[in-house]
Amino acid sequence: MSMTRRSSWLGWSILLLGFAFLYLPILLLMVYSFNSSRLATVWAGFSTQWYGELFRDRQLLQAAWISIKIAFWTASASMVIGTMAAMAMTRFKRFPSKTVFGALVTAPLVMPEVIIGLSILLMLVSMGGLFGLPSKGVVAIWIAHVTFTISFVTVVVSSRLQELDRSLEEAAMDLGANRLKVFFLITLPIIAPALLSGWLLAFTLSLDDVVIASFVAGPSSTTLPMKIFASVRMGVSPKINALATLMVLAVSTVAVLGWWISARADKRRQRDMQLALQENG
Amino acid sequence: MPVDAKPEAIALNSEPGYLSIRDLRKEFDGFVAVDDVNLDVRKGEIFALLGGSGSGKSTLLRCLAGFETPTKGTILLDGQPITALPPYERPINMMFQSYALFPHMTVEQNIAFGLKQDGMAKDAIARRVGEMLELVQLQKLGKRKPHQLSGGQQQRVALARSLAKSPKLLLLDEPMGALDKKLRSKMQLELVNIIEQLGVTCVMVTHDQEEAMTMATRIAVMDQGWIQQIGKPDDIYEQPANRFVAGFIGSVNSFEGVIDEDLPEYVTVRTADFPAPIYVGHGITGYEGQPVAFALRPEKVHIAKEEPEGDTNKAFGVVEDIAYFGSHSVYHVRLPSGAKILSNFANMKRWDSDGITWNDEVWVSWDDNDGVVLTS
Amino acid sequence: MSATSPLTSGWRRWLPGARAGVIGVPYLWLLLFFAIPFLIVLKISFAKMAVAMPPYTSIVEYVDNAFTVNLNLGNYTALFTDSQYVVAYLSSIKIAVISTLLTLLIGYPMAYVISRLSPSARNIAMMLVVLPSWTSFLIRVYAWIGILDSNGLINRTLMSMGLIDEPLRILYTPVAAYIGIVYCYLPFMVLPLYANLVKLDNRLLEAAYDLGAKPWQAFLRITLPLSRSGIIAGCMLVMIPAVGEFVIPEMLGGPDTLMIGRVLWGEFFNNRDWPLASAVAIVMLILLLIPIIIFNRSQQRELEGKLA
Repeated sequence: MSMTRRSSWLGWSILLLGFAFLYLPILLLMVYSFNSSRLATVWAGFSTQWYGELFRDRQLLQAAWISIKIAFWTASASMVIGTMAAMAMTRFKRFPSKTVFGALVTAPLVMPEVIIGLSILLMLVSMGGLFGLPSKGVVAIWIAHVTFTISFVTVVVSSRLQELDRSLEEAAMDLGANRLKVFFLITLPIIAPALLSGWLLAFTLSLDDVVIASFVAGPSSTTLPMKIFASVRMGVSPKINALATLMVLAVSTVAVLGWWISARADKRRQRDMQLALQENG
Repeated sequence: MPVDAKPEAIALNSEPGYLSIRDLRKEFDGFVAVDDVNLDVRKGEIFALLGGSGSGKSTLLRCLAGFETPTKGTILLDGQPITALPPYERPINMMFQSYALFPHMTVEQNIAFGLKQDGMAKDAIARRVGEMLELVQLQKLGKRKPHQLSGGQQQRVALARSLAKSPKLLLLDEPMGALDKKLRSKMQLELVNIIEQLGVTCVMVTHDQEEAMTMATRIAVMDQGWIQQIGKPDDIYEQPANRFVAGFIGSVNSFEGVIDEDLPEYVTVRTADFPAPIYVGHGITGYEGQPVAFALRPEKVHIAKEEPEGDTNKAFGVVEDIAYFGSHSVYHVRLPSGAKILSNFANMKRWDSDGITWNDEVWVSWDDNDGVVLTS
Repeated sequence: MSATSPLTSGWRRWLPGARAGVIGVPYLWLLLFFAIPFLIVLKISFAKMAVAMPPYTSIVEYVDNAFTVNLNLGNYTALFTDSQYVVAYLSSIKIAVISTLLTLLIGYPMAYVISRLSPSARNIAMMLVVLPSWTSFLIRVYAWIGILDSNGLINRTLMSMGLIDEPLRILYTPVAAYIGIVYCYLPFMVLPLYANLVKLDNRLLEAAYDLGAKPWQAFLRITLPLSRSGIIAGCMLVMIPAVGEFVIPEMLGGPDTLMIGRVLWGEFFNNRDWPLASAVAIVMLILLLIPIIIFNRSQQRELEGKLA
């Protein structure tokens, strides 16, 4: 039918335009990371000098290391706390002030970063060193990052928890496992992929944040995004292009690897199920 | 075999059964799902809770399993009150409708799960798992994961898992629900064999009356949260306690009428659908003038072209519809009053069904004791 | 009738510590580091800037056995009377709303087309949509500088094609900010829309066609209304944070691109006026309160799951 062909033409062009829009800047960055000229707009020949400069920039690498550390601990704490919140929202039907809890869990998803950054800084300052919490520094950044990433983990994990067949957990209880054992022996192994997604999401959000970190960072805890932001305001540096290219390659590799592994596992599952059907039950 | 007490009086034995449910009530936000249920299940019985959706049978089962806490009432198992116990402390195991096999564990690990929770020794567990696999004929499939099994195989694993701990009570939730028809009949008998072989007391929930009648020792018919009738399958079929049970089990011809004569040896019922009052060959507890329903199973209705002898329990009508089922045919006969009466006719000889056809004028008749008078 | 299971009721029988912990830990954390800080911000918005550590005056003082409360309303009067602040708020809302609409116009068709692909193609497509957001958004915004500059990709292409004589001024104007916001927030619009559209039963549309509806009619009267919750979620996820955006207008927008996030940043970092920055934040929160509540309501329902 000409109608479907026309509409699929339209559909495909919309999609391609959209992807072109999304990927154009990234491709440009990658291309110009190999540009021998400083100018990001004039191609002057192939060169890998900026990669060399990147790896010689001690301060940048230092900031990168700090960011990765913070992101790692943020993701880990966020995954645990976010999963708890997800369990509370999906498995506990009623507890006092559940609506308040729900509001606390969903609001950070949309809160402007400047507000989060300012408020946590002021909170830590007001606490005046209570519990040994400094108002600035790596720990402060970690606290702030965990706070705003919890909600994202909760969304990912609770959607998986809802899809989980309740009768699996009931069967485990029926067979003698108390609720704690049910969680660790049955629920957790099954939702593990969602937990991993949440961890990765929190990791990326933390690694990428410049606004919140700026409020609570101390003099010795400059993060990578802060460094990039500062250097970009001073002028174009192609080192940034090189950095961007490396990040894109790293992320793409992980993403493609993850997709390939899960696609293969899916295909094997399908094959197994087919075989089982063919056998006599 | 002794005749059971009249099913109308849901009589409780003077001593409580192996499983004893008293005054059980479960409400959800004002909606009464289980309405003051009393029940006794004997040791080694297969007891079926039969009803449509919303009848409360599943809620009752979940109360037994421990997944619902009753609003009121008590449950005793082998003398022990279990009403307040959490599911993992009850000596009860359930086979779920969806089987609920743990997808990340092998068949052996699934079956061993309950035993591990009890802290059984490793070799004892391995032995027991082997026994269970043998019981359900899945010896070679121990290392497989659930998604590598067919539906029938998954059911057997679910059964093995629920029997591994030798529970005092086995619960079955719509056991044949996920199987196709052919497999269903085969598995019904296999399941009963295994359960009886082990001597396990069993309560099952089903909406399929054929399944209940095939598998159960006794059946409780439930509707809207309370029990309509308890009894053996043939008692329930031949002596339904009320209109609901009569209509729920199998098909039934039902005619509203009024008791004309009420005597100890017989009763006559005057109806608008038959010219002469219906003669029922046994006495009932009732009174003259009482509005009742006369229930008659289609297989008890004879159909013939010639007028049968006698002056009662017969009627003249026209064949309106014939449903051919291969093994038998169901004739829909329209009576002069406008009512329809169904008659099952087994096609005993080939082309038996050719005898009577559409728009034939026929006589339907039945024996004096083939029908039941229903007062509720 | 919803079946409650002991997973969701009778929690008193849980190891009391475990249940309290599972609810308590996130509750306490978020209360302490998300909710209560807002009160602190409110308190400090009534202070005055001071040369001290921390750089503001205290509000409550205990003098002569009595508490005195000094509330400084100067910050708020400044916000409401000084036109630059009022303009910044209004401009932020305007930019956020327009950006949201643009993102919706681009994101909805994308989400729609992807949701109609085969399952394996869908997953790849969604992965491609989300992939850019996994790389530094800061660097991607920075890339737009190179594209929108007078010597950048767009201008050079248009000039070499002879369509324009002089370079267009895109960079450092509000237009660049729009482009930047749409670019960065597009995945946040596509994701909830896709999640919603993918659940749409194709047979509903088939029934509509069967009854005589043309494709555009079926879209308007069936698809669009049913995707309402996705549209709301997507729009809120873009609009609310966009109001307080800092990095994008700072890097791409020029001095004409007034946004309240930049104002807050400027007051805090450049003027060291923490109390004024706090007041800016409080007013921003009040403005965003209703959209946040709308989003919150629909999200809570999503999180809890469609209960029977």
